[in-house]
Amino acid sequence: MLDSLGFILGTTLMYSTPLIYAALGGVISENSGVVNIGLEGMMTIGALIGATVGFYSGNPWLAFLAAGLAGGGLALLHAIASVTFEADQVVSGIAMNFLGPGIALFLSRLFFEGATMTKAIPSGNKMPRPLNGVFPRNSFFDFIFNQYATVYMAFFLVFILWYTLYRTKLGLRIRAVGEHPRAADTLGVNVFRIRYLCVILSGVLAGFGGASMSLAIVSNFRPTLVSGHGFIALAAMIFGKWKPQGAMWACLLFGASNGLVVYLGRPGTPFEISQSLLSMIPYVITLVVLAGFVGRAAAPAAVGTPYEKGER
Amino acid sequence: MKKQSLSNKVIDFLAKGNLAFTITSIILGFLIGAVVLALAGFNPVEAYTIMIQGIFSRPSYIAWTIIRSTPIIITGLSVAFAFRTGLFNIGAEGQFIIGAIAAAVVGYAVELPAIIHIPLVFLAAITAAGLWGGIAGYLKAKFGVHEVISTIMLNWIALYLNNYIVRIEGFQRPGAQRSHEIHESARIIVLEQWKRTPEGREWMRGSEFFGDILRTPVNWGFVVAIILAVIVWYLLNKTTLGYELKAVGFNRHAAEYAGINVPKSMLTSMIIAGALAGAAGGLHVMGISRSIASLAAMEGYGFDGIAVALIGANTSIGAVLAGLLFSAIQYGGTKIQPTLGAPTEVINIMIGTIVFFIAMPKLIKYFAQQLKKKRGAKNAG
Repeated sequence: MLDSLGFILGTTLMYSTPLIYAALGGVISENSGVVNIGLEGMMTIGALIGATVGFYSGNPWLAFLAAGLAGGGLALLHAIASVTFEADQVVSGIAMNFLGPGIALFLSRLFFEGATMTKAIPSGNKMPRPLNGVFPRNSFFDFIFNQYATVYMAFFLVFILWYTLYRTKLGLRIRAVGEHPRAADTLGVNVFRIRYLCVILSGVLAGFGGASMSLAIVSNFRPTLVSGHGFIALAAMIFGKWKPQGAMWACLLFGASNGLVVYLGRPGTPFEISQSLLSMIPYVITLVVLAGFVGRAAAPAAVGTPYEKGER
Repeated sequence: MKKQSLSNKVIDFLAKGNLAFTITSIILGFLIGAVVLALAGFNPVEAYTIMIQGIFSRPSYIAWTIIRSTPIIITGLSVAFAFRTGLFNIGAEGQFIIGAIAAAVVGYAVELPAIIHIPLVFLAAITAAGLWGGIAGYLKAKFGVHEVISTIMLNWIALYLNNYIVRIEGFQRPGAQRSHEIHESARIIVLEQWKRTPEGREWMRGSEFFGDILRTPVNWGFVVAIILAVIVWYLLNKTTLGYELKAVGFNRHAAEYAGINVPKSMLTSMIIAGALAGAAGGLHVMGISRSIASLAAMEGYGFDGIAVALIGANTSIGAVLAGLLFSAIQYGGTKIQPTLGAPTEVINIMIGTIVFFIAMPKLIKYFAQQLKKKRGAKNAG
């Protein structure tokens, strides 16, 4: 019984991780006033670059960083469009979701002889598990704490982002820019620079999220790997009311219902439930919770509106 | 001198006109696609030649382009309709799936003469998907749940519902991960039975043009798509309901003040948008796939619809043209992989680029103005 609980908790942490990275990306971008619906595309390019660099270099950390850079690079395009050229941020984000997977699959075919699935990274070159072997194998604590390094980093980043946003001057500026850019500008905050920084960081985080899938959960990139996680992260961010810790809880809820699904779907469980019906649970729970408990969420006031300096 | 003013006029047109702006974005999409291909070591001229030949060089290719444009034109209409009424329907994907399920079930489980069966299947598809879209509308109107999140969740629920229903005993085709085929009385494929008769085959062999076209599953879906485009145009621009829905989209507070029932409008909008996407799914089953398959991932008809709506500036005629363009690029693009070895995915990069430039009219206007200034300086000097 305890082991089953451990299994569910462990799976929860594993499944939540990519979502947490991407959702944090959403949090930072939207707190500065820029909608980032392109998380999905940024995750996809991150997953591919992570898997590719991981395969060719054998160094998971280098691969992880490269994935962040790739996500950040795509986000730079989104920043140019939505900050400098006052683009419709939703439309630009949609463009990212075509560009990200498009570029990723294009590159995959170039790097891996025409295949859209990259070659598997040998298990020794995947993300390390720092606590591997500390607990007896398949024990309660082993299930929960024997995780890939990416899992621990994700939770650490939640804290970092929370601290930055609510306890530092930079965070205050970011939120000011997201709530009332004109007031922030009047007080000498460089709205453009803050927004560029936040959008690029959101891409870096989404890229990390993609790599946390292709370097840890599985060991390669394939076209269906990310399939929708970026959108779920987006939902988690809104669900978590645009706060890092809120987004984290939302991702954990989603991960937990996923963990439950994996647990119930294992062969030999007392229930004979269709896997398809089980798979719906996370989404249904999210909908019900949204309708019943969360209600109207409050987005940063200036989110989605481009800032024009001379505007009166 | 006269030539100067003409080119100035062109630049003015580019700076102001919306259509010209869209066309400029499309051209830029093709240019960036060419650059990407060239960087990867492929000859872009060759690639585009293959693409264009792959779209136009045979009647059947053109037929395929039109056939493949049908679902995305209609999901494009669905997204465009929602956009015009202030809602972002990411859920066209799921509504498409629900429409397809309903069509496959009613097309298989019921036996009726075609003249009743076809409308019945179509009605089932739009009703089921309309209700599905209505869930998101209701959640938004009643609980303030953002339609972006609810429709994302509903997409996945629809996908797994599809996989569940496909595997129900009696509906699943034995030994396959798909359902039984719908009855012929529910299909809208042109001359489907006749094509298989000896006379039909003989005739198709004799007529090069029509024979080639009929070898594709050419169907009435495109005609329905055009009719739906007209209906959407009429509804949005010529009716009180459309006026009210658009008013809510522009400014819900002003609309409320003017006495419009805002929650009801949101619900109505999402039902109509859902029904449209469901029509796409239903027609797809009736005209092309004839059954539904277990899905490992989203098929993308709804997401493509978002791009179609955006490229088409959220208008009916725009959705039809953008759907055709999108389908042509996609269909033609698949041909550069086997012939040239260039990754097909360059088409996603092209489409992404087009949408990217469409997102920022200011960029193109800015360049047009810069160009004008330069010319102005030259003329003055």
